[in-house]
Amino acid sequence: MTDLHDLAAKVIAEGEGPRLPTPSPVDRTTIRHWTEAMGDTNPRYQGPDAIAPPAMIQVWSMDGLNGRKRTRAPLDDLLDALDAAGYTGVVATNCEHIYHRPLVPGEELTSATRTTDMTGLKKTALGDGYFVTWQVTWYAQDEPVAEMIFRLLKFRPREERSPSEGRKPYPLRPAVNRDTEFFWEGARSGELRIQKCGDCGELRHPPGPVCPSCRSVKRTYAVAAGTGVVYSYVVHHNPPVPGRETPFVVAVVELPEGVRIVGNVVDCAPAEVEIGMPVRVTFREMDDELTLPLWTPGES
Amino acid sequence: MAGTALAGIGATEFSKNSGRSELQLAAEAVFAALDDAGLAPSDVDGLVTYTQDSNQEIALAREVGIGDLTYFSRVHYGGGAACGTVAHAAMAVTTGAAEVVVCYRAFNERSGRRFGQPDAGLGGEPSSMGLEMSWHVPYGLMTPAAWVAMFAQRYMHEYGVKSEDFGRVAVAMRRHAASNPAAWFYERPITLADHQASKWIVEPLHLLDCCQESDGAVALVVTSADRARDLRCTPALISAAAQGAGAGQMMMTSYYRDDMTGLAEMGVVGRKLWEISGLRPSDMQAAILYDHFTPFVLTQLEELGFCARGEAKDFIRDGGIEIDGHLPVNPHGGQLGEAYIHGMNGIAEGVRQIRGTSVNQVADLENILVTAGTGVPTSGLILTRG
Repeated sequence: MTDLHDLAAKVIAEGEGPRLPTPSPVDRTTIRHWTEAMGDTNPRYQGPDAIAPPAMIQVWSMDGLNGRKRTRAPLDDLLDALDAAGYTGVVATNCEHIYHRPLVPGEELTSATRTTDMTGLKKTALGDGYFVTWQVTWYAQDEPVAEMIFRLLKFRPREERSPSEGRKPYPLRPAVNRDTEFFWEGARSGELRIQKCGDCGELRHPPGPVCPSCRSVKRTYAVAAGTGVVYSYVVHHNPPVPGRETPFVVAVVELPEGVRIVGNVVDCAPAEVEIGMPVRVTFREMDDELTLPLWTPGES
Repeated sequence: MAGTALAGIGATEFSKNSGRSELQLAAEAVFAALDDAGLAPSDVDGLVTYTQDSNQEIALAREVGIGDLTYFSRVHYGGGAACGTVAHAAMAVTTGAAEVVVCYRAFNERSGRRFGQPDAGLGGEPSSMGLEMSWHVPYGLMTPAAWVAMFAQRYMHEYGVKSEDFGRVAVAMRRHAASNPAAWFYERPITLADHQASKWIVEPLHLLDCCQESDGAVALVVTSADRARDLRCTPALISAAAQGAGAGQMMMTSYYRDDMTGLAEMGVVGRKLWEISGLRPSDMQAAILYDHFTPFVLTQLEELGFCARGEAKDFIRDGGIEIDGHLPVNPHGGQLGEAYIHGMNGIAEGVRQIRGTSVNQVADLENILVTAGTGVPTSGLILTRG
């Protein structure tokens, strides 16, 4: 995204853009509409000696409902480039006003914009994006009467995801190394993999680097049928466990292949779980990276 | 170990919030143990603790004023280290590596890091330990109560054991603690109904199946039996000290062995203790059995040969573990009643029983068996009147 930063540097170097006349002069009718809408009853904004509320400053130079652009400013080139690069989201993050003096009805103003900064690429809760800052100065003749420093975030909106995706990271993560990664990769692809010795064929869970029967380090795996029987289980109530709603069931499941494995029993009430209960494996995506093999009630 | 003895015991108060650092607790317990033995810090040349203890041996030596150390060691596997510290110390004394070894354990386990709280980082690193935990932690099986409950459920299924059978252990421990002024639950006994009504922690374990969480420290002085005889208190001779891990051993989750109803590692310790000491279960007049969770008290009675498999429930129902029972267990109230100091307070009670100074003294006691944490690689002692 160097080209975006190059463009930003160019736009910033151009300094203040042309002073553009506001669509209409400061006037009593617009002041009255604004103060009524805001519920501002300050007498200073009423009657023959009324001044314009300072916070109205941006009103005088707004383009109006038709959104007509009087003249393109260099800032527009930068914002268009961000849109084209996919940073189509926009949210205002900062707005500071500086008022040099009160304005009175009848004054004709101009405004000019200067781009002052662009930072990024930043990771934000909304998505990755750039913060762009600019400064608007309003003039009466050549006298600066007010200034505004404005910052917004142009971000790349996160892609829409199905409900099963895009969840926050599941906090209970396994440590994985070269001896165990086949198991977790299997879970991601919907396979319950049991380590099998490449020489003597012995099945083993949990897995390890060396076959305890023949010392072989030639490892392979078998894909389990996915059925099992509850050998023991617990129902966890207290204390609370991160990433889990209590109560939940954890079981030692005995597989027909001859090994045991630990996992949650899901899709049934904890009170229905018992030793000897047939279960069937199911694979559950806990977040975008981790899939766990879990167990649901199965056919006897 | 023959020829070695426990010559001093010391402890802080047992509380829920000590209000001081773990190093200060350790120092206070060591001073108390040395005073009890009639020794000075300058007499100490060895220190042993648990791998989990946050106080380095050298830091403790600086605080207490111990000078040169010729032996220091740490024993692994949580509460399974308790009697192992004494085993290491006794071996050091026997080999001449050191003359006076202090064993210590100090923690703010209630006001600081609580072992019963889930730690999402347990499966964090791909060390052998992290990988082992990783077969269980992702499923939320990550607290000591849950790990033990998995064994307990199978044990209940195989032997027709009921929750009330576990509850009787809790009731006995609280009854013992009720007459022990040092116990947190002094004068606060419970009934079996209280046990049954207490909330679920992890089924099949109720709250009252779980030991306390405690702040405190205990220290023990190990030296030669000859030297101990010249010191202030009656020596508790170390007739045997042993560590043990079983085939297919894991930390609290040895669910992949053929038999899930035993504690193979405690069987290893028991056999070694009987072999070293030449004694038998019937030679024990009392036992200190590690009671972080009630079900493993039953399992230990069976693994150590005090009753047959599946019969511990009957042994306990018949009053076997009461002070006047067949095998008084944890006269101080254990970790369910006195305090959870990772098993070290049980060793101190073993020494008091040998000296004849316990508040719940067992009559005519010659030998007492002491065990350490269960479900993990563990350890045990046989202490004998000198």
